[in-house]
Amino acid sequence: MELVMPCVIGGVLLYGLVKKVQVFDVFTKGAKDGVRLLYTIAPTLIGLIVSVSMLKASGALTLLCEWLSPFCEKLGFPSELLPMSLLRPVSGGGSTALLNQVLRDYGPDSFLGRCASVIAGSTETTFYAITMYFGAVKIKKIRHTLVAALVADFVAAVVAVMTVRWLM
Amino acid sequence: MLSFIFTFMIVASIVCAMFTGKTEELSQSMMDGCADAVELLIMMSGMMCLWSGVMEVAKECRLTEKLAKLFSPVLSLIFPDIPKSSKAFELMSMNVSANLLGLGNAATPLGLQAMRELKRDSVSDVATDAMVNFVVMNTASIQLLPTTIATMRGALGSKSPFDIIFCVWISSVVALFMGLLVSKFLCIVGRIKWNL
Repeated sequence: MELVMPCVIGGVLLYGLVKKVQVFDVFTKGAKDGVRLLYTIAPTLIGLIVSVSMLKASGALTLLCEWLSPFCEKLGFPSELLPMSLLRPVSGGGSTALLNQVLRDYGPDSFLGRCASVIAGSTETTFYAITMYFGAVKIKKIRHTLVAALVADFVAAVVAVMTVRWLM
Repeated sequence: MLSFIFTFMIVASIVCAMFTGKTEELSQSMMDGCADAVELLIMMSGMMCLWSGVMEVAKECRLTEKLAKLFSPVLSLIFPDIPKSSKAFELMSMNVSANLLGLGNAATPLGLQAMRELKRDSVSDVATDAMVNFVVMNTASIQLLPTTIATMRGALGSKSPFDIIFCVWISSVVALFMGLLVSKFLCIVGRIKWNL
């Protein structure tokens, strides 16, 4: 598993060289986009991480998890991950801030940390995507799009926990 | 939306801190949160740039086009009514493969163009089956390498940030499949209702 990262990078670069791409020039151009991306997400992330960290310190997050836990237990879903999963379709930045909190509280290699990462990796900001895609072509009646998309988000969260429990 | 969430989280934590008496922790957490956020951003920045650079090379090698060809049989199963040679189909498969490579910046414009092609020659404001299915695909995450999540895990001290990769694949494929299944099913239900 540790080799995934180096091998993908090496493979892509080698393939680029074979295809006569100016590998390093293109690489630096792309890396610049990485800086730009960080620059764009920084304000959002700072604002939301601060508010999540306040939520945690005030005890509100713990309280919320306790309220939600009877419902979660029936599904076999850890209640610590519910706030993040609920916010995921609505706000990408908000759920990233909650993911950051889970990873810090329990550790990235813990069961909860892994589950949270898998949930974040297998879902998207549903509402944002729907608004953007249909908004661009002025479609107002989206029929069952939202239902199907939210079913997918729900399934992703449940399956994420199952895979981490059984495969890792 | 974010204005509401942001304000709500902060007001809720102030109210809650008053009840639990954790006011000192609350004001401390504001400063800690800022520091955490900046720390995370700095820790992530190197890896983010590395991945963006490598993915740019992948894009330059036309890997997106190659992946698009590879996945077009799957796509024509999902969109049986869109001809394989059409512009819309080509754009949709390019969008899917850009998503697979994690090229969000490239995927979105391709996806929007695909939507415009799907909408062509129609003034209706009702989504077609193909549009619904295509948007459902874009609300699910299909990424071969979850680089952002892995970078974040690495920044926060994970020993093997990519070890979640198989779980991510399984859970996103199952989720996408279920989403499309529900969508297809509701399309058929809608059509039956229409005919009655």
